[in-house]
Amino acid sequence: MSAPVTRLQHGRVTLALHHLSDGEGRPLLLLHGLGERTPDAVPERLAGWPGPVVGLDLTGHGASDVPAGGGYYCEALMGDVDAALAHLGPCTVHGRGLGAYVALLIAGARPTLVRGAVLADGPGLAGGGPNPPAPAVVTSLGPPPPVPTPDPWAMLELSRDVRPPDYAATYARLASVNSGLDVAVAVVGVNRPPWLEAVVQEPGVVACSLAEALERFAAVD
Amino acid sequence: MNAPAGDDETRTYPGARRPDRQRRVDANGVGIAVYEWGDPDARPVLLTHGGFDFAATFDLLAPLLADAGLRVVGWDQRGHGSSDHAALYAFEADVRDAAIVLDSISPEPIDVVGHSKGGSVLMQLANALPHRVRSLVNLDGVPAGRNVPDIPDHQRTKLMAEDLTARLDHRRRVATLQRKPGTIAELAERRSRMNPRLDRAWLEYLVTIGARRDPDGWRWRIDPAMQMGGFGPWRPEWALMRLPDLGMPVLAVLGLVPELMGWGTRAEDVEPHLPPDGRVVALDDVGHFVHIEQPRRIADLILEHLERVP
Repeated sequence: MSAPVTRLQHGRVTLALHHLSDGEGRPLLLLHGLGERTPDAVPERLAGWPGPVVGLDLTGHGASDVPAGGGYYCEALMGDVDAALAHLGPCTVHGRGLGAYVALLIAGARPTLVRGAVLADGPGLAGGGPNPPAPAVVTSLGPPPPVPTPDPWAMLELSRDVRPPDYAATYARLASVNSGLDVAVAVVGVNRPPWLEAVVQEPGVVACSLAEALERFAAVD
Repeated sequence: MNAPAGDDETRTYPGARRPDRQRRVDANGVGIAVYEWGDPDARPVLLTHGGFDFAATFDLLAPLLADAGLRVVGWDQRGHGSSDHAALYAFEADVRDAAIVLDSISPEPIDVVGHSKGGSVLMQLANALPHRVRSLVNLDGVPAGRNVPDIPDHQRTKLMAEDLTARLDHRRRVATLQRKPGTIAELAERRSRMNPRLDRAWLEYLVTIGARRDPDGWRWRIDPAMQMGGFGPWRPEWALMRLPDLGMPVLAVLGLVPELMGWGTRAEDVEPHLPPDGRVVALDDVGHFVHIEQPRRIADLILEHLERVP
């Protein structure tokens, strides 16, 4: 049985926000990795979160719209998350892979709405690396895939986008300076692409276990 | 407010000529408006406009090239001019759309000319698909870091926070945004902030092509979702790094009079990055919109460049 869904509008894209569980307190907002979708139920490792757990399908993923003609970039996906924050109010955000990078961006850009960002391993963590990859132009992707999501243009473009370490570090700095939290970002994954290596060096960022991160962020205002 | 009497839909401008043919190309579900001037069987040249412009900004240059015996093809980028508005706008998608327009012209390698961002799009295209590009002309579209102000880190961080808030606030509104209606003169006045050196009569001519007439006035067609400056970590050197790799003849034209929409790039910024068959021409009495200020001079530079690639 699937979780109740709220439809949110971000520009021309309608997004699916899944309500996975109820609870008391601030919601935990889950962001999936590249090519993934929100799980049907709260994963066991996150079951200790005291508040409600919700998950957002990013543009071109899960039950969200697939726009025509691609053009994906991570700041557009940050706008997806901002649409969810406009609906939910302050959240703690947990992101996997691509979702971890997007969680960092929104933590820096909406520091009073993101009460702690948890960055976990997952597909699309590295993106295209710290420098532009060799340019490639694919003009068509052949016949449509058997399922509408994930959008093949998302898979292509979001595995090639550039993630400079100093750019990512700036978002970490914005999160720690402007959130008022002692720790604004928790890195719980094993993999450290260059952007994440830079982020983990910033003040206000800790590397810890997932359980420690959830406990820490559940306790903040 | 109704458009006042006399705010008619056609304007002319000395030397400006609308295309001879128009068609649409499907770029993976995004409809792209394509325009052609001149003999359909002649040697083709692709013109690519800059950010917040549209193909009609070539209405002065294109006829000169067509009259010199070329098939001149222009196109409106997604969200610009009469092309479809898209859900997502990204540089990589513009490069892909450009390649799709190129494929609609000829299977042979084609001469390409791009202004401003259009020049960067074409440098990336030529780097990725060298077999499709015969020669390249970049009109004041080689970025340099010169117009990035030198400010202390803490202030930069504060500015970035403000910029991010404004951009996300804008994204929250885009689903219902509409461009502000006005008279032809009012729309030309608004555009003159981006084009301070261009003749008001030229800007009014552009309004009648790049705007549509609604019951409450004229509205620019450009997608109100788009914002200046891009959203993300793009850096000028990422475009500059494409230049040395190019194997085809390359001409970079610079307009040296500084302008809001330009990069402030000088010849000495470009020269170290020129490819083996590349050259730079810097024009010290022209602003960013070189092809609008001096169409004859730019047409002659392009025609001379094409003669080097028989």
